[in-house]
Amino acid sequence: MPDTAAPPPRPRLTRSRDDRLVAGVASGIAAHLGASPTLIRVGFVLLAIFNGLGVLLYAVFWAVLPLADAPSARREPLKLLPFVVGGIGLIVAASLLNTQEPGSMIAGWLVALIAIGAGIIWHQSQRASTPAASTPATSWLSVLASSRDRRVYFARFIGGAALIGAGIIGLLVVYSPGRVEMHWSDLWKALIFALVAVAGVVLVAAPLLFRTLTALRSEREGRIREQERAELAAMVHDQVLHTLALIQRNAADADTVQRLARGQERSLRNWLYQPTGSPNEHFAAALEQAAAEIEDTYGLAVETVVVGDRPVDERVAALVAAAREAMVNAARHSGVRTISLYAEAEPGQLSVFVRDRGVGFDIETVEDMRHGVRGSIIGRMSRHGGEAEIRSAPGEGTEVRLSLPVTAAKEEASHE
Amino acid sequence: MSDRLKVFLVDDHGMFRAGVRAELGAHVDVVGEAATVAQAISLVGATEPDVVLLDVHMPDGGGRAVLDAIRKTHPQVRFLALSVSDAAEDVIGLIRAGARGYVTKTISPDDLVDAIRRVADGDAVFSPRLAGFVLDAFAARPDAAVADPELDQLTNREREVLRLLARGYAYKEIAKELFISIKTVETHVSNVLRKLQMSNRYELSRWAADRRLL
Repeated sequence: MPDTAAPPPRPRLTRSRDDRLVAGVASGIAAHLGASPTLIRVGFVLLAIFNGLGVLLYAVFWAVLPLADAPSARREPLKLLPFVVGGIGLIVAASLLNTQEPGSMIAGWLVALIAIGAGIIWHQSQRASTPAASTPATSWLSVLASSRDRRVYFARFIGGAALIGAGIIGLLVVYSPGRVEMHWSDLWKALIFALVAVAGVVLVAAPLLFRTLTALRSEREGRIREQERAELAAMVHDQVLHTLALIQRNAADADTVQRLARGQERSLRNWLYQPTGSPNEHFAAALEQAAAEIEDTYGLAVETVVVGDRPVDERVAALVAAAREAMVNAARHSGVRTISLYAEAEPGQLSVFVRDRGVGFDIETVEDMRHGVRGSIIGRMSRHGGEAEIRSAPGEGTEVRLSLPVTAAKEEASHE
Repeated sequence: MSDRLKVFLVDDHGMFRAGVRAELGAHVDVVGEAATVAQAISLVGATEPDVVLLDVHMPDGGGRAVLDAIRKTHPQVRFLALSVSDAAEDVIGLIRAGARGYVTKTISPDDLVDAIRRVADGDAVFSPRLAGFVLDAFAARPDAAVADPELDQLTNREREVLRLLARGYAYKEIAKELFISIKTVETHVSNVLRKLQMSNRYELSRWAADRRLL
């Protein structure tokens, strides 16, 4: 017999999720008692002979025991087969031996049926009343999923109700006074009476139930809205108000004001339109972060356009570093307030273009420039198998073109 | 340009309207401005401007509602979308509703005047970011189903022009870089605009569907 009062060191009595044939009751008890699940299962099947006691016990355990936290695995119906066959065989044998009192046999089974039906409904309503930490619907997909859930919910509810109804009617039939003369017509009458009574109750309770449900839903929506508002308020307070205060204090310094405004704009944009991902993992995000740093450090605007994306590896990081260096050069030497950064991730190649419309230079004559450019841009690119080309002429601005061949295999979908 | 263009401003921020009016005043005739969708619909009809500068985000349906209403009654009016939003779905949505161009509100006054003239001439205006979006949306993906190659794919030349736009090149610089005339550059960009408006590519529909724009 399974014993529920157990010493503490044993695992908590739960329903197993990963090793289950029906609902995980047997293997949960087995884990708790340190016994073999098969033994417990055989026990349940054997008990089923005694007026369905095994099934009744199983149903009760199932209704009462909480689910384990383990991830759930698929059931294997084939494993269940021997137990079902064995159970039916035993029951048939028992009923053959016990012919004079068929009613008492059936009663236990009917109670088990009711318990199972009630358990189904119970579990369903438990699940419905404790929704997982409700996040606001993120996409239309979640709506779809929840409506599917609802269908499953109703199907199970009706199934459970049918089991209970069948059980109750069965009990009525078995224990009705003078059951010897019980006729099908009587049964139908009883069934119709029961249905009429249930319909009456539903009619009375439905508006109330509906109102409660509506109120619950609107309360939940209100809570989500409230949460969003709180988040927005926190963001405005932490960032925007501080930035505005700083701008007022630095009103005389146009450069600082611009820098503050641009930084704030970027952060609001990220917040509104969602960043593209972690700079350590995504090419696009890494470039955007580099551009943001240049904007902050040198107080100019970097117009960034990135097409496609791919994961960052050592070579991609080198490309980003070279692009950053090109932006630093543009910021320091071009004399303009805006530079353009364009990057494209194609299946076989990454390209980055950094362009300014500034003073430009003669690449052969500017010694200092040649040094910085050679070491940190051209050298870096060639070390990683890429190329760097610099086009500039005095008065015509500068463009640094970087390209890095990559293997197409690592190409990720450029969305998401 | 002897014949001054008639420009109408639609934006719910009075300060921004005043700023644009001051910047443009020397180059074009600002014939009117509106702060709401309803105001815009009635006033644009009355003033018959050449170009409407249209804010993307406004209460009561935004620029999209203005576009839909006016294009029914005044198909000759051209629209240039102006926005602080760089969200792909906003921009693409407005272009697909019939705007001939999109620029960000940080655009310099000279560039804005230039863009207005271009739109008035029936050409298209793409900001670098819009060019980037289009390249992204029309990227040659092996899994992308192409129903109509004429509309759902960009030619190599169009791709090159878009790339240069995204790199911050002006039309003149693009022409020089590709050894083609400015007129040809304009033709390429207009073709891209047409594809953007007509194509049913999955990426475009998805962007639009995400925000229920189509």
